[in-house]
Amino acid sequence: MNGAVAAGALSIRHAGKVYDPEGLNVVALDGVSFDIRSAEFCVVVGPSGCGKTTLLNSIAGFDQLTFGEIYLDGAVLARPNKPPLPGADRIVVFQQGALFPWKTVLWNVSCGPIQQGKANRAAAERQARNLLSRVGLKGIENQYPGSLSGGTKRRVEIVRALMNEPKILLLDEPFRALDALTKSVVQEFLLELYDEIPKTIFFITHDIEEAIFLGDRVVVMTTRPGRVLRTIDVGIDRPRDYRVLTSERFLKLEREVRESIHDEARKAFEAGERELA
Amino acid sequence: MAQVIAPVPTAEIALRSTAPWIIRARRLLRSSRPYYAALGLCMFFGAWFLLVDVFKVWRFRELPGLVPSVKEWLSPDPVYGVSIFTAEYYSHIWASVYRVYSAFISATILGIAIGVLMGWSRVFRGLTFPILEMLRPIPILAWIPLAILLVPGREAPIIGLTFLAAFFVTILNTLLGVRSIDEVYFRAARSLGFSNTAILFHVIVPGALPYIFIGLQIAMGACWFSLVAAEIVSGQAGLGYKVWETYYYVQYETMVIIMATLGLLGYLSSALVRFVGKRLMRWRVRLLAGV
Repeated sequence: MNGAVAAGALSIRHAGKVYDPEGLNVVALDGVSFDIRSAEFCVVVGPSGCGKTTLLNSIAGFDQLTFGEIYLDGAVLARPNKPPLPGADRIVVFQQGALFPWKTVLWNVSCGPIQQGKANRAAAERQARNLLSRVGLKGIENQYPGSLSGGTKRRVEIVRALMNEPKILLLDEPFRALDALTKSVVQEFLLELYDEIPKTIFFITHDIEEAIFLGDRVVVMTTRPGRVLRTIDVGIDRPRDYRVLTSERFLKLEREVRESIHDEARKAFEAGERELA
Repeated sequence: MAQVIAPVPTAEIALRSTAPWIIRARRLLRSSRPYYAALGLCMFFGAWFLLVDVFKVWRFRELPGLVPSVKEWLSPDPVYGVSIFTAEYYSHIWASVYRVYSAFISATILGIAIGVLMGWSRVFRGLTFPILEMLRPIPILAWIPLAILLVPGREAPIIGLTFLAAFFVTILNTLLGVRSIDEVYFRAARSLGFSNTAILFHVIVPGALPYIFIGLQIAMGACWFSLVAAEIVSGQAGLGYKVWETYYYVQYETMVIIMATLGLLGYLSSALVRFVGKRLMRWRVRLLAGV
């Protein structure tokens, strides 16, 4: 897990998605292209309905593109009507949380390597215990997710994802349901984890502050049809903590992103579009 | 990396020194529930005693009294030959319990299997759902002639009818249970590399379990109901048969004994289903996970 493998480079090329509910062609994604370097923390930010979840699902294999391709480490991953099978090289951490509530924390965290046949139960559980205690989650192995707080559940789910040594980690607004204080703690947890175990991360949010705080690069998307509005290199040194939030550089970037998104929201409003999502 | 506070609640450590059943018993005795239950039962039996034994109210005086019935039940030498000291009593109990449990267990196994299949496969669901919905509302009593025609012997039709009552309920609840599982767990499982078999045993079955156990409780009740109906019609032994026989031979005390026995056995059966359900779904008990 520590041996930083130079893998997980993602290229999205002209990705497009047209939904066809009852004959209405809704363009969710339109010609989206950007690259994520290996071990880069990339945050996609945009208003609801900008197609960012569609993009994530196309990478994960839960949805398929209508146009364009997605490449992972130079090989075609997804092309129109040929979605990849979901797999452990592209683990998703879901918005609403997907720890199996009927299994213990230890079972949840160790199940990936066991099910993929990469490790036997004993080895996987040992690895799970190690990783949990390394990230300060020792002592909850035998509890069920229902008895954990929201923040702890999110942390366990991120640990479960990392156990599979994915090439890329896909996080779909994972902290959306958390209260502000818990959210900042879990964000710092993710940053610490990223510093220790660098992975390619594709992170979706509509929270501008979160995007800049976490990301190396922020991809700002427009409302439907989703296009890339601009890409911003954050360029704030790691390790980062909450003090970054009040730095000059951070505030300047936040203002920039907010202005471009605000224009976007107003444009959408003036065009009389209705938010569907 | 910096230590994040490990979330081990200290209260849990304190509780671990006392056995969990003692904690539960204490909590139960502190609550009002057992006292209300006792009071309710006293009211019921008190009303029986007053209406029948003491005041012999009109219509009620035809019924067996509480005191004679209890005396008969506990008598080593019962007037009509059935009490807790006679072999006949237990042979009827055994006949009924055997039928109910063989029917219930086979209905559980088959019902869950078919329900899971229906929940999982759109084709199978489309094929079988109309059949299920057409057969399900037919009352068990209406199946009796068909069961006697179709199933050979005297024992098998009774078990078959009892089975049928539980079978449909279990299928429907399992199906609903599988459909109730959030899509996100299937996605997570596939993302984590689960095989279809692993998804079946680690996502579908445990995810549907809460609904399945609601179904099993209803099914257990339905089993006793249809057992008695079937025994009355075609039995040679069993509690349902005996209820009818005692009525026929005007042995009303024994009739009441058998009815009370049916009530007790039904109660115990439902409690058993609930107990097994709680054991299997400890994850739903938020407190003291891992005990």
